[in-house]
Amino acid sequence: MKKLINDPRSVVDESVEGFGMAHADLVDVHTDPIYIVRKGAPVAGKVGLVSGGGSGHEPLHAGFVGHGMLDAAVPGAVFTSPTPDQIIPATAAVDSGAGVIHIVKNYTGDVLNFETAAEMAQAEGISVRSVLVNDDVAVEDSLYTAGRRGVGGTVLVEKIAGAAAERGDSLEAVAGVAEGVVRNVRTMGVALSGCTVPHAGVPSFELAEDEIEIGIGIHGEPGRHRIAMESADGITSRLLEPVLEDLGIKAGEEVLLFVNGMGGTPLSELYIVYRRAARILAERGAKVERSLVGNYVTSLEMQGCSISVLRLDDELTALWDAPVHTPALRWGM
Amino acid sequence: MDLGVDWAVQWLTLSARLMSEHREELIALDRAIGDSDHGENMDRGFRAVIEKLGQTPPETPGAALKLAAMALMSKVGGAAGPLYGTAYLRAATSLGELAEIDAAALAGALTAARDGIVARGKAELGDKTMVDAWSPAVEAADEVLADGGDAVAVLAAAAEAAEVGAVTTDPLIARKGRASYLGERSAGHRDPGAVSSALLLRAAATAAGFPEGSAE
Repeated sequence: MKKLINDPRSVVDESVEGFGMAHADLVDVHTDPIYIVRKGAPVAGKVGLVSGGGSGHEPLHAGFVGHGMLDAAVPGAVFTSPTPDQIIPATAAVDSGAGVIHIVKNYTGDVLNFETAAEMAQAEGISVRSVLVNDDVAVEDSLYTAGRRGVGGTVLVEKIAGAAAERGDSLEAVAGVAEGVVRNVRTMGVALSGCTVPHAGVPSFELAEDEIEIGIGIHGEPGRHRIAMESADGITSRLLEPVLEDLGIKAGEEVLLFVNGMGGTPLSELYIVYRRAARILAERGAKVERSLVGNYVTSLEMQGCSISVLRLDDELTALWDAPVHTPALRWGM
Repeated sequence: MDLGVDWAVQWLTLSARLMSEHREELIALDRAIGDSDHGENMDRGFRAVIEKLGQTPPETPGAALKLAAMALMSKVGGAAGPLYGTAYLRAATSLGELAEIDAAALAGALTAARDGIVARGKAELGDKTMVDAWSPAVEAADEVLADGGDAVAVLAAAAEAAEVGAVTTDPLIARKGRASYLGERSAGHRDPGAVSSALLLRAAATAAGFPEGSAE
């Protein structure tokens, strides 16, 4: 293992410390327990948005704390969900009285810890609503698994729900917007290589030179199918077709196309994937109204990408376009 | 022989030692079907338990287990944090203020712990989770209790059964947790949560004076 770290056990602490120093104009970093809040939180009258999960997925979630997106982020240990004693103070710190929404990716650890934290925050008098993100179409039979995972689509949920909260929507209304995004976004990912969790020291899984893993989650866990390496166009079809099928995208519909890098793939290759994905959508008569390409939900240094499609309507497009100013996403201001 | 607070403290101390000793093994098991964090998380959690024990020595077995529950919930994270936290909390509640635990109280606490894990994780026997260690452990404990065994015998039976239970997860296809996404590819690997559960129950029996035996 060759990594730019000092000690595997202090990776998250030191990384978050640096993040706070680099973005001191946007966020306040709390240590012991670790959580990150938007500068000036809580914003009077505004619903607070909190998300969190294992570290190693940067910029998710801390990179999306700021105006128009998250009010707080709670990073756990690498690939490990945060604990209730982090989530509860983060929730309290962003509650202006208008309530707080937890955006939770559907992984057992995240669900259990946020569930516990929500119960305890409610006992302290804070109104908490949880929204579960489960956009991963790679999980075919949810009956025999922990259900569909929350993956790349989480960024879109955070951005759009964040815009709704920023314009002053109520707790129920923001939750409704977030759930609407969850219903209309689907994702599927591929890994070309494994990644190495610092405390483990060896890759989470090994792929031969000519092998790829289709349908990965974002924690470096293997997917369900291992196949021979293909061209970028071939892989793009394999990822996008099930996404479009599951969403039931029809000719004439407007979508947001999101090609997300897993941390170890150059932007140039993500654009090659985007090129093919956009053409497939065009062939189906769907209109790509908005797009996002880059490393937003990563798995350490894993090579690979995911493709997300969000079905848009006028309201979602307007909320997507609304100003945002966070360390990792900024436009309109 | 009944068990007091010294046993509970010794149980947690031995647990911390076992989690540290088996850290790499649990990471390797989790690496095969999960996300490589179980050994690290359990080691971190039990180091926190030991730290808390040093700060505020508990006066009853129940208080010791409650302290462990709080430390595990706040330091482990993932699924294991809430699951073990709930297990220790339910066991502590079941024991109440008892200063000495007899076989019946012990079997009751193990049942409460198992039921807590089942309730939080919504897993059943055969899902390839820690329930596959806990359920046979509780059954074995109940049998020994029915046969008139003492607290030490109850723990010994539970530890043995949990170890067998962990081994039985080898061929299973995971239906809960991270491993469930692997489908059939999860077969052929031992569940790390069942293994850590067996280690914790082994620590409980050893703390009660039962010889360490042939734990795998």
